[in-house]
Amino acid sequence: MTWVLDNLDLIWELTLEHLRQSIIPIVLSFVIALPIGWAAWRYTPFRGAALTTIGLLYTIPSLGLFGLLGAFGIPFLSEINLIIALTVYGVAIMTRSVADGLDSIDPAVRASAVAVGYGPWRRFWAVDFPLSGPVLLAGLRVTATSTISLATVGILIGVQNLGYLFTNGYQRRIVEEVLSGVVAVVVIALVIDLALVLLGRALMPWLPRRRESRAVTRRVLAEATA
Amino acid sequence: MNLFLDAFAWIFSPDRLTGSSVPLPLAIWQHLAFTFGSVAIAALIAIPLGWLIGHTGRGREIAVALSGAARALPSLGLLLLLVLVIGVVHKTEAAVISFVLLAIPSILAGAYAGFEAIDRAVIDAGRAVGMTPWQVLWKIEVPLGLPLLIGGLRSATLQVVATVTIAAYAGLGGLGFYFLQGIQLNRFDQVLGASLVVVALALFLDGLFALLQRLVVPRGVTGRARAEGRTPYLRPQKTADATGSTA
Repeated sequence: MTWVLDNLDLIWELTLEHLRQSIIPIVLSFVIALPIGWAAWRYTPFRGAALTTIGLLYTIPSLGLFGLLGAFGIPFLSEINLIIALTVYGVAIMTRSVADGLDSIDPAVRASAVAVGYGPWRRFWAVDFPLSGPVLLAGLRVTATSTISLATVGILIGVQNLGYLFTNGYQRRIVEEVLSGVVAVVVIALVIDLALVLLGRALMPWLPRRRESRAVTRRVLAEATA
Repeated sequence: MNLFLDAFAWIFSPDRLTGSSVPLPLAIWQHLAFTFGSVAIAALIAIPLGWLIGHTGRGREIAVALSGAARALPSLGLLLLLVLVIGVVHKTEAAVISFVLLAIPSILAGAYAGFEAIDRAVIDAGRAVGMTPWQVLWKIEVPLGLPLLIGGLRSATLQVVATVTIAAYAGLGGLGFYFLQGIQLNRFDQVLGASLVVVALALFLDGLFALLQRLVVPRGVTGRARAEGRTPYLRPQKTADATGSTA
């Protein structure tokens, strides 16, 4: 514990950096995946191509993606490279969630909305979007957790965050330092996950509590076997 | 585009076979050996366990919680931690343990989800014609659950391929070695060349598994999952079984 106590300032500073570097891609991937997922759901011919391409992006190892992004003119050893790479992975997870979420809505509900005179734009925001909420939230939780843990790889391209504790601890042979980094990452992931659950409850008070865990179960299994 | 030309020049340079550095085919071989070795060990542990959970229906929360929690675990941290704890002398063993730990959750989820997705009526029908539990397992559950199991093996393999790349940081060889060396030498052609080889390897393995996933669908069920009518505007709700659209 002595190492941790002596270095609380460092851990806290890296934690804040880590949060900043993770939250940007989490938000960006939600915003970007929404229209792509909607288009994939709405236009059937586009669906297969879009979901396949996105699935392929997800298979690219992170170091490989850093290199590729560097070749496309993004400063290679930079925070921007990390944030874009994390966004790419986030979009890959979220797009599937958006398409599945829209799929999960009872068509009769959508038909009723059309019948009482909702136009496409208003129907999306007032009916489709809130009703696909549970699946979107489940996808966002998976995205958030994996983004936070993956961000640590940034240290290999010189981006400072909690990953610094891994490489620095390894070089100096301090087990405690590496362990504290792992624990800090897991704790942040859990805190953000909890925050998303609470946000979901605040935004979707009509949902029974049981459903959110079912949606996450489904999402986790879908991601594990996709 | 020059960058890509330089990268290809790096990949196909004769130095990759004979130069002072590690030969490229050897690095690819190391990468594949680590990946398949670890996935095989993980499969030996996770498949029976996942089938047990799927067959008995007990402990499914554990399977799901495990694959959820595994996402939060940073692979670089786990790897370096194990290497330090087990000892740098045994870093190969330490690395393999961390790869196995990272591969288990996906395989477990795939094995379990494959069983869970089977229509209960099919299993009841098996019982009704007099199958023993053992026959139900091997003649119904295992073949019908195979596509999702392969899906789990697929994501486990890709996860390990990515982690082996990172493992070069601990001096374990593989394709990540060129990447990290390229950064130190400030040679982007080498970084990009290594990236391209890793990406190609991952895509190749992904394609292989995709093919396998199609091949293992029992002939009696082919077309069933794909043929679900999809009308672009108002489409019927999917049957709300636990795993929905995982295929």
